[in-house]
Amino acid sequence: MFDFLKSPTLTFQEFISLAGRATINIVRRPFHANDMMIQMDVIGVGSLPITVLIGFFSGAVMALQMSRALSQYGATGQVGQITAITLVREMGPVLTALLVAGRNASGIASELGSMKVTEQIDAMRALGTDPVKKLVTPRLLAMCCTLPLLTILADMIGIIGGFIVAVPMLRLTTTEQYWNNAWRSLEYNDIAQGLLKPLVFAYIIALVGCLYGIRTTGGTQGVGRATTQAVVVASVWIFVFTFLITRVFVNL
Amino acid sequence: MSTSVLKFDNVSLSFDGVEKVLDSVSLEMNAGDTLIILGAAGTGKTVMVKIALGLLKSTSGRITLFGQDVTHFTEPQWLTIRPRIGMLFQEGGLFDSLTIEENVAYPLVNRTKMTAEQAKPKVEEALKFVELGHTLDKFPSELSGGMRRRVGIARAAVSDPDLLLYDSPTAGLDPITANRIMALIIQEREIRNATSAIISHRFQDGHMMANFRYNPESKQLERMPEDSPLRQRTRFLVMHDGRIVFEGNERELDASRDPYVSKFSMHRSIH
Ligand SMILES: Nc1ncnc2c1ncn2[C@@H]1O[C@H](COP(=O)(O)OP(=O)(O)O)[C@@H](O)[C@H]1O
Ligand SMILES: [Mg+2]
Repeated sequence: MFDFLKSPTLTFQEFISLAGRATINIVRRPFHANDMMIQMDVIGVGSLPITVLIGFFSGAVMALQMSRALSQYGATGQVGQITAITLVREMGPVLTALLVAGRNASGIASELGSMKVTEQIDAMRALGTDPVKKLVTPRLLAMCCTLPLLTILADMIGIIGGFIVAVPMLRLTTTEQYWNNAWRSLEYNDIAQGLLKPLVFAYIIALVGCLYGIRTTGGTQGVGRATTQAVVVASVWIFVFTFLITRVFVNL
Repeated sequence: MSTSVLKFDNVSLSFDGVEKVLDSVSLEMNAGDTLIILGAAGTGKTVMVKIALGLLKSTSGRITLFGQDVTHFTEPQWLTIRPRIGMLFQEGGLFDSLTIEENVAYPLVNRTKMTAEQAKPKVEEALKFVELGHTLDKFPSELSGGMRRRVGIARAAVSDPDLLLYDSPTAGLDPITANRIMALIIQEREIRNATSAIISHRFQDGHMMANFRYNPESKQLERMPEDSPLRQRTRFLVMHDGRIVFEGNERELDASRDPYVSKFSMHRSIH
């Protein structure tokens, strides 16, 4: 009767088990530090330009959207606050994560997927290397280090983008008021959820990418399938978790 | 008395719990044996050798390696026994991101305390054996299919394993390259004296293994004498839908009247 639930439940179990093994391996020798540095470069440095672009435009469009609503209430002075809060709480983490999911969940899934179908992962085990330690843990760690940093960057650039729309372009407020307003409005609660979210998303992106890669079957076609699935599944979970985390923080 | 290297007792495997990919397979290999596993694509040959290496877990049955019951081994336990087995993977399994030298050195550097420097002479020797001494700094993507297969053979054999498993060493190769690979495997068998299992879908491969040996003096393949012990120790298995449908020597294989089995014998055209 509940057969349709069997496959998602199994996948979820596999996900939890992979998450556990990858996390435990963080404190176990040997450390594949070199692999981690390479991944940080691929994920972090590789995503820099596009993070800056997306951050800038999401801040700018936020200020633009709010300008009309705020002027109706004669509250255009609050534009800094609104931009900062929406960016730090929601837009920065989610947009950066979606972007990195698109770039790197797919990248990880296709890389590990091709390794799976060419039996490199089997060869690794046969030759005495734990693929979770060698492939999954470095990617997870690299993602956990870089995604929060990318998010902070996106937040900052976004607030600058909002500034450019609010002050030089639309003259909604003064430079000083914008920055004062933006800075003062951010509370401990905002910063906490703004940093917790990218950490959770980093887990989701890295592990979904790895899981779908490692589970790949069916040759090169299978690699394509795994790649698409990884991006879709990671994106959906990002939205589900941003809701859950926000739900918790709203009550605090 | 010869010692048992690999033993399967009624080993079965099912991925989805319904269809059996491997159905009650029993076999035994003793030290010095050559086993030729024939069968069409998708009949469970790869699955069978992966179970022998602990890369897949059987659903039921008993597996014994070098006299030890490994059926319920954990991954760390497998790590202690796998160095005694060398495997050539059907899809190559060479690491894309490593050079040929690093690939062949991997089993030595990763499993023993050997440094890359110390491993180098053995790596060079193994690569020279497969006539690829000049490719040390190349990457697998720069080599042809036949060359990659030979690197795979070098990597499987470099650590002097007691059991060598060759998964479809000639699949997807032209006949000339395929015969060259088989000659190398015969040479490897002669020199290392390892127990070997060869998976193939070509009857010629089995015929070569069963009838030829490498003569280290003349450095050439030669026909084995009729009473050669090597000939006695070469056996054939034919797999069909996860089951062993034939087991025996080449003469028995040739004599089989079963239409599926005789597809893999030298004299198939007669029937
Ligand atoms: N990881 C897997 N998951 C599900 N089915 C598999 C898996 N690996 C192999 N199979 C199935 O097992 C059967 C035997 O495969 P295999 O041993 O690779 O055949 P071959 O004899 O060509 O080497 C095939 O039907 C294949 O689809
Ligand atoms: Mg196969």
